[in-house]
Amino acid sequence: MDLAPERLREMLRLMATIRRFELRAQELFREGLAVGEFLGALHSYEGEEAIAVGVCAHLRDDDYVFSSHRGHGHAIAKGADVRAMMAELLGKSTGISRGRGGSMHMFAPEIGLMGGNGIVGGGTPLALGPAFAAQYRGTDQVTVCFFGEGAASQGVFHESLNLASLWRLPVIYVCENNLWAATTPICDAWPVPDLAPRAESFGMPGMTVDGNDLLAVHEAAGEAVGRARAGDGPTLIEAKTYRHRPHCMVIPEHRPEDERAQWEALDPIPRFEAWLLEQGAISDVELADLHTEVEAELDAAADFARQSPLPDPAHFAQYMWA
Amino acid sequence: MRNVTMVRALNEAIAEEMARDESVFVIGEDVADCGGVFGVTAGMAKRFGRERVRQTPISEAAFTGLAVGAAMAGLRPICEIMYVDFATTCMDQILNQAAKLRYMSGGQVTVPLVMRTQQGGGTCEAAQHSQCLEAIFAHVPGLKVAIPATPYDAKGLLKSAIRDDNPVIFLEHKLLYEEKGDIPREEFLVPLGEAEVKREGGDVTVVAWSLMVGKALDAAQALEDEVSVEVIDPRTLVPLDFEAIATSVRKTGRLVIAQEACLAGGFAGEILRRVCDECFDALSAPPRVVGSASVPMPFSPALEAAVLAGEEEIIAAISAVAA
Ligand SMILES: Cc1ncc(C[n+]2csc(CCOP(=O)(O)OP(=O)(O)O)c2C)c(N)n1
Repeated sequence: MDLAPERLREMLRLMATIRRFELRAQELFREGLAVGEFLGALHSYEGEEAIAVGVCAHLRDDDYVFSSHRGHGHAIAKGADVRAMMAELLGKSTGISRGRGGSMHMFAPEIGLMGGNGIVGGGTPLALGPAFAAQYRGTDQVTVCFFGEGAASQGVFHESLNLASLWRLPVIYVCENNLWAATTPICDAWPVPDLAPRAESFGMPGMTVDGNDLLAVHEAAGEAVGRARAGDGPTLIEAKTYRHRPHCMVIPEHRPEDERAQWEALDPIPRFEAWLLEQGAISDVELADLHTEVEAELDAAADFARQSPLPDPAHFAQYMWA
Repeated sequence: MRNVTMVRALNEAIAEEMARDESVFVIGEDVADCGGVFGVTAGMAKRFGRERVRQTPISEAAFTGLAVGAAMAGLRPICEIMYVDFATTCMDQILNQAAKLRYMSGGQVTVPLVMRTQQGGGTCEAAQHSQCLEAIFAHVPGLKVAIPATPYDAKGLLKSAIRDDNPVIFLEHKLLYEEKGDIPREEFLVPLGEAEVKREGGDVTVVAWSLMVGKALDAAQALEDEVSVEVIDPRTLVPLDFEAIATSVRKTGRLVIAQEACLAGGFAGEILRRVCDECFDALSAPPRVVGSASVPMPFSPALEAAVLAGEEEIIAAISAVAA
């Protein structure tokens, strides 16, 4: 691993920021519920942080990310402002999408964040677009599309892989296989255990990685991004992982206790911390400081969100037409 | 002036805009090798290269999604769907994505996409190749809907649609492709959202679009000695130039709306809603809607003719409201 210690610590900080963001978001959601306000769906990314961070570490601001319904982690890893994201969760006018999108639709095109998607698999064909645009204009920008293993059962996903490979588009499809789609276990959705072999049938490389191992994700993504930038076409990466929470705030837990315990022992954050400590890339004091700083940042973000004004109801039609 | 077919007019619009703006490209099935099955993009691949005239596999969802994403990244795709009936396979990309991305992003994303397709019956192609689906697109906030009746309007509207920063669904009619009309030699645009009075009259207003404009004009001609009919073509359903319709209704007090689409849930109903809201008092007779029967389009020519609304039904409706 030839990454400088500050880059490693930065990746840890991003993972910790995502984790803390989700905890804060859940608090806000419960606060809302307590006073009879329902803040829509909230899908936690806890447990999957290594994937967004490991992949986005290779991206520039002019590279594109298409996210899913479980997209807070992608947005943070791509560099979105957590204050604006938190305000979006509360539907505030200072929100990252001006209160028009909510949890599933966080957009920041100036840093290539092209939004989450409320339609499972909805981002998979859209991601072809900026990849096509890069090829059309002759730039070396790449596009990453994150999606869950549930989306891999959509027809359009397969159409998209086919077109990506046919035209050698600079796009990387990253499947976050957390083994469950809402309450459906993967064995009830896939007749085979792995996704990567499907890539071969479209004539593109497929890789399987431990999605809870930041360094493994980082390495696989580096290879895929390098290939795309060099004009050598798309890659499908399947990252095996597990979410720490139920599907969303309003769906009770369906997964077996022992399975959850087994995966929580593989939590990507403590795993990476242990490695950093072992390598001497961070000290105990620095680690504690990092967490304190992240906590303070998210406290401030939650305060900002609470204090921000709601949009003027008269402006509901604003932003529809260009 | 030159007398050209609608196919020619559309072809010129695309070629002119591609020459004017490098970010404009064409994507769709068979668009490079034969210019699409109706020949609208004929010659484009030769002139602009296959990079800008992208012939796709039969994957409407993927290539329409690609077009939407490319528009988000600043290109100006002209995405061709061979038949509007096939757009059902990419409705997510159109209705959920293209239509909503700008709004959901709080105005940060723009989707300057044109989706060209053709619709309509009358060619014995049965129920999956004969629909008129304009009402579906017009129903969804965030999509503009253009639906030209003449070569002039087709060229002018298409050029405006390509330059527009919003997604525009551009609905051609398969029976109008070979119809001829005059267009100027010099460049011109037809703005989106501007109706045209195709024939002036004082007794009855007929609002019609696409193929029905010609049929309404024929009906007006046939009734010339009895009633003075005004024919209005909105040319775009979204945005709708309702003011032009209201002005005419205030003058005539009598209204017929003629659509080829089947009657149930059609766009004529939406125009009637606006009339009820905004100029009901001007009506001196109950308005009438002409449209096709609400059944899947039959194959047999005898049955298809019975289902499709045409000049006869428009004449009957005009006579009824004028009585
Ligand atoms: C087209 C579509 N079908 C169903 C849903 C409802 N839904 C939302 S998330 C979800 C599960 C998705 O599972 P997966 O893609 O594996 O992502 P995960 O939630 O596990 O991250 C379902 C069924 C939807 N939003 N869109």
